[in-house]
Amino acid sequence: MLGAKIALGDRVEFDLGEEHRLLQATVREWATSRILPLAAEMDRTARYPPELLREMGDLGLMGVFIPEAYGGGGMDTLSYFVAIEEIARAEAAIAAVVAVNNSLDCYPIFTFGTEAQKRRYLVDLARGRKLGCYCLTEPGAGSDAASLQVSARDDGDRWVLNGTKIFVTNGVEADVLIVYARTDPTLGSRGISAFIAEKGDPGLAVGKVEHKLGIRASSTCEIVLDDCRLPKDRLLGERGKGFHIALSTLDGGRIGIAAQALGIARAALEDSIAYAKERRQFGKPIAEFQATQWKLADMATRIHAGRLLGYRAAWIRDQGRRYTREASIAKLFASETAVWAASHAVQIFGGYGYVQDYPVERHFRDAKITEIYEGTSEVQRLVIARQLLGPSP
Amino acid sequence: MNIVVCVKHVPDTEAPIRIQQDGRGIDESALPYVVNYYDEHGIEEALRIKERVGGTVTLITAGPARAAQALRTGLAMGADEAIHIEDPTLDGADHLGVARALAAMISTRPCDLVICGKLATDDNAAIVGPALAEYLRIPQATAVTKLELGDGKATAHREIEGAVEVLEVALPAVITVERSINEPRYPSLPGIMKAKRTPITAKTLGELGFALGDADAGAAHVEVLEYTKPPARPSGRVLEGEPAAMVKELVRLLREEAKVL
Repeated sequence: MLGAKIALGDRVEFDLGEEHRLLQATVREWATSRILPLAAEMDRTARYPPELLREMGDLGLMGVFIPEAYGGGGMDTLSYFVAIEEIARAEAAIAAVVAVNNSLDCYPIFTFGTEAQKRRYLVDLARGRKLGCYCLTEPGAGSDAASLQVSARDDGDRWVLNGTKIFVTNGVEADVLIVYARTDPTLGSRGISAFIAEKGDPGLAVGKVEHKLGIRASSTCEIVLDDCRLPKDRLLGERGKGFHIALSTLDGGRIGIAAQALGIARAALEDSIAYAKERRQFGKPIAEFQATQWKLADMATRIHAGRLLGYRAAWIRDQGRRYTREASIAKLFASETAVWAASHAVQIFGGYGYVQDYPVERHFRDAKITEIYEGTSEVQRLVIARQLLGPSP
Repeated sequence: MNIVVCVKHVPDTEAPIRIQQDGRGIDESALPYVVNYYDEHGIEEALRIKERVGGTVTLITAGPARAAQALRTGLAMGADEAIHIEDPTLDGADHLGVARALAAMISTRPCDLVICGKLATDDNAAIVGPALAEYLRIPQATAVTKLELGDGKATAHREIEGAVEVLEVALPAVITVERSINEPRYPSLPGIMKAKRTPITAKTLGELGFALGDADAGAAHVEVLEYTKPPARPSGRVLEGEPAAMVKELVRLLREEAKVL
């Protein structure tokens, strides 16, 4: 009996499998040689080389979990998490561009779209030939997204949309826009529908472009809908189901942002380790001081924890199970870890951490958005609490 | 065109190497392994030829179980088939033994071109490619920086000291490639998934017609006696003084001490 191999826990696997490890090594190498050298300049000029989209599309990164038949990478959510973390470690803004395209555009069209819509939009989005964006937030509707006011009127053979969306990532370059609008003013969240708009649609325009604290290379702007007329086949999913689509989409998006936050945190840690070994004060590298060692240890511990939370949320989603709570937990923890770790990284660099010659001030600026978009940390806490306490009577 | 590419699974050149206590080998535990860089260029060259003239790209490796990862990476880049020669007796084989095993496998199938990396970054020997050509009794061109294919022949450019040598070789031939020959592509995600679905053909030495003692440590012509760490590099010297005087001193040191001028 002793020595018999007991197959306990044979469904628990904490290591990445062969495909995921190959993916990780590939994306890491690609991001390190292709994106990292451009990071400082992309941040400074607030733009990225547009050919990167096609390159990433050819690798399958723009639609990681979209089936190959629709031009995607044919992999799973865990692969998506691994890929985004590696891109974000090199540069956080490109990771945002990729995550939005994957989670907030490819996913809803793949999940809720008609076959015609998938043929028309999904293939190009997944292949990086078109870029997608997601128009939900309005000046008066942020965390309270259900109160959105952009309207969609049924005008016979057209939908007519009016209003302004703000804080749209990829809005400047986007060819495909998913717009959430109110088709029924009396039904609250059940009066919202989702639409697919295209650059060039009449009455659709890019408005004010934001100048941001961080992830500056990704564009963030207003989208102005002024009697924007869309053919009837642009409705995504059922009328009145738009809010459900938005929430379902954000669940997956949170996994992507968790990965992005983790990548930023890891960049902060790795840059800090390299610096601490080189920087000498009081006759020795600062890496030999306990204060520095404890900071690095705390950073590593939280990053390790954040990664496991992210992997598990991704894995649960891949099992086809509800993953809302785990996605929120992962996003909440990873984003707060990124902000905390980046702040400590600046501290480890000291004065040099405050100047643009070194990358940690950029990590510090990039990290903050992860606590805000795709559901603020406050909203994540509400989501988690609701899962714990059950629906209110 | 049927192209065979030989690949080797080697330690990542960035990883620190620890030598075993007994000095008889390196400590492989926790060592990251990758496809030999030169072989990546070989795979890329084969894929480009296939894209131009059609055909199949078959990868082949002779190594332990972990070497299958090198085959998976190559399949993910776009190769069609992969063969893994795995046999415990190969552990003690020298380069000629490995070359003989590869030749035995390659000679069982139609093959117009064999591509190898110029050398493997773990031992820098550069022996297997040329030895393979000898065992297959076909011509070879090594350290090739440019390869052009013609009718039943190939033109290979080699960079030699101060010149480019251009050779014409009749096909089939063995070509070993320099890193400057091309820029290898990254495996794509669909490629990784296709590699996962592609079965790797396993072969033992017995299946290749080898008898016991044909390619093992006993048959080896070379025996590794020991591994030692290289001597620590002495710290550099900083010259001081006026620039003109420093230059004079530097030239003197380069001529008299370093003996490179």
